[in-house]
Amino acid sequence: MSLLNKFRDGLSKTRQFVTEGFNRVAANFGIFDEDFLDELEMIFIQADCGIEVSTKLVESVRDNIREDGKVDREHVLSILRRDMLNILKTKAFTPDFSSLNVVFMVGVNGTGKTTTAGKIAYQFQKQGTKTMLAAADTFRAAAIDQLKIWGERAAVPVISNTLGTDPASVVYDAMQSAKARAVELLIIDTAGRLHNKPNLMSEMEKMHRVAAREGRDADAVIQNLLVLDATTGQNAVVQARSFNESVSLDGLIITKLDGSAKGGIALAVADEMSLPLIYAGLGEGIDDLANFDAELFVESLLPEA
Amino acid sequence: MAIFSGLSEKLQAITERMRGKGRITERDLKDMMREIRLALLEADVHYLVVKDLIKEISDQAEGKEIIKSITPGQQIVKIVNDALTEILGGSESKLAVNPRGFTVYMLYGLQGAGKTTTAAKLAYLLKEQGKKPILTSVDVHRPAAADQLQILAKSVDVPCYINKSEKKADLIATEALERGKYLLCDTLIVDTAGRTTIDQEMMTELEAIATAVKPDEKLLIVDAMIGQEAVNVALEFDKYIGLDGFIMTKLDGDARGGAALSIRRMTGKPIKLVGMGEKIDQIEVFHPERMASRILGMGDVVTLVEKAARQIDEAKAQKTLERLQKNQFTLQDMLEQFEQIKNLGSMQDMMSMLPGTAGKLKGTEVDEKEFDRFAAIIRSMTMRERDNPKILNASRRKRIASGSGTSIQDVNRLIKQYDQTQKLMKQFTGMSKGGKRGMLSRFGLGF
Repeated sequence: MSLLNKFRDGLSKTRQFVTEGFNRVAANFGIFDEDFLDELEMIFIQADCGIEVSTKLVESVRDNIREDGKVDREHVLSILRRDMLNILKTKAFTPDFSSLNVVFMVGVNGTGKTTTAGKIAYQFQKQGTKTMLAAADTFRAAAIDQLKIWGERAAVPVISNTLGTDPASVVYDAMQSAKARAVELLIIDTAGRLHNKPNLMSEMEKMHRVAAREGRDADAVIQNLLVLDATTGQNAVVQARSFNESVSLDGLIITKLDGSAKGGIALAVADEMSLPLIYAGLGEGIDDLANFDAELFVESLLPEA
Repeated sequence: MAIFSGLSEKLQAITERMRGKGRITERDLKDMMREIRLALLEADVHYLVVKDLIKEISDQAEGKEIIKSITPGQQIVKIVNDALTEILGGSESKLAVNPRGFTVYMLYGLQGAGKTTTAAKLAYLLKEQGKKPILTSVDVHRPAAADQLQILAKSVDVPCYINKSEKKADLIATEALERGKYLLCDTLIVDTAGRTTIDQEMMTELEAIATAVKPDEKLLIVDAMIGQEAVNVALEFDKYIGLDGFIMTKLDGDARGGAALSIRRMTGKPIKLVGMGEKIDQIEVFHPERMASRILGMGDVVTLVEKAARQIDEAKAQKTLERLQKNQFTLQDMLEQFEQIKNLGSMQDMMSMLPGTAGKLKGTEVDEKEFDRFAAIIRSMTMRERDNPKILNASRRKRIASGSGTSIQDVNRLIKQYDQTQKLMKQFTGMSKGGKRGMLSRFGLGF
């Protein structure tokens, strides 16, 4: 199955849900009146888009209807599609390999950082990029072993130390090693941390400082990608804000989009943070990672015109 | 929590707006209901549950008492809080124990919910209770999942059955059951692989495990951060595998955890335990009233009080309480309170647990040194001065200021603080006659 199809497939549940909802309310109300708009808002809230985005989308439809009086289904859908695409900015992860590129995978516990690190490593290794993984999650039991297994699968070397060591020292080792071996892409897997724990957030900042310092002589480009679980509710917005305050994020990865979650949180976070969506995680397999396709995502959120 | 200011504040704001109007209009009530609806949705409570709740709450709120009340905002918060607590509480939430002597718990849930960590925590908890648990990982999918459980099991000194060469999860579970009985254990905890409910293959695997070990409790592990999908997930698992209760994890984060309410309401199954941190002993019994306050963003007074209860000298607190009631609160008592408060830890932490402070405290640093300064000032007073602050004239104040290395302004501030405390205290003691014991004991602990 192509990645595009996988993406579509992963979101098929969402699409079915929203389409049914849309058609149901359209049938119930016949015309797009206030009650219809309220129901529409609830559909978006149910998809975890959050109140702010949901209200914004519906307001826009309301304004448009008021302005041009057009209330047909196609027109309403096209407004929604346009507004959603305006919110969702995507960016392909295409580093310039003229110097060392360092990517930190950050996020709260259990979002899929290790798995995603393994998948990205595999993608780039396959393309012939000299890739390296670093196991900077020295807290969770067996996180290092887990990343090593991904390293084997992707045929990518893994820099690691033992459980309980200072993660910043792993970053240091990895930076030295990456420079010595002329690595093009270094992916650093970090421990899951809740954003409301200041000590854990400063631990992450320290890792970041070490990477910046050690990367200076190699003109290393450092990026931070926040890994968000598609099943997460409105707390994802808080997560994004907190992580961004700590290490300044460069993009978002939404994982577990293959499940039943609708992933509306992508809209909520993208709207609040103006951060680009980079990847979509679509399963446990090594190639279950696709570039985040906003058109497809929106298409899956909305019924066909 | 600091991000959204509490619901009580929003409702109070509406109330302020109507102050002087004498009574709440239908419109005010509608505005309040809107705020409640938004708060619940922002807390990830399922929209159907929100819809039901709003109806129930507005029916109740239309009662006359609210309209006449001086603080309708607070009254409504109370109604909401009670409604939530009622949903969350209710039925028995103890873990079932098999009367034949060997109990099996099966843990399942979505990927990354925290099953493995919870399995080890549960083993620790049972061991603490004098049980003999054994752990097993039947996660044949996630790399190193079995290793993770094994390391955690070792750290709590509980046996763990692993069979990495076996790829059939139900067979491993059966072997673990046999091993557990052989080792004379009394409880088997089965940690399963994370899955989505729409993955048929994985659901079939889970069914096979359940058939093999016949769990006494099938426990769904739910991440406190989960969104609107929570209800569907729980219902699907219940439909295919059966669900006896759930454990909510990562409650040490700042997610409101509305899913707890949704799942409880839509499945009728109880919340058995909650995970409160990454450490192995951070697992707790579920408290409905705390969860209700959390969902509403009202802080966690109960936890604060409990924390205080652990740290504070019971006898001293009781003494202070009595003195408070008799209006005999002196500066000496205040000094003792400062010392006890300091034992509780950082003010910032404590403030975050107080209701209504979430929004207000954003960005303001609590001056921890202020307490030290105040304590020093009191220590520079004679016992007579401490017992009767009224005698503190200008020259005494000057002496105290130089004795404590502070300024006269500092001394004046302390006295003002003391006066305010006394005034506040009178209000509380007044309330206590009306049966508001909670408020009084809260204050007796220093707040």
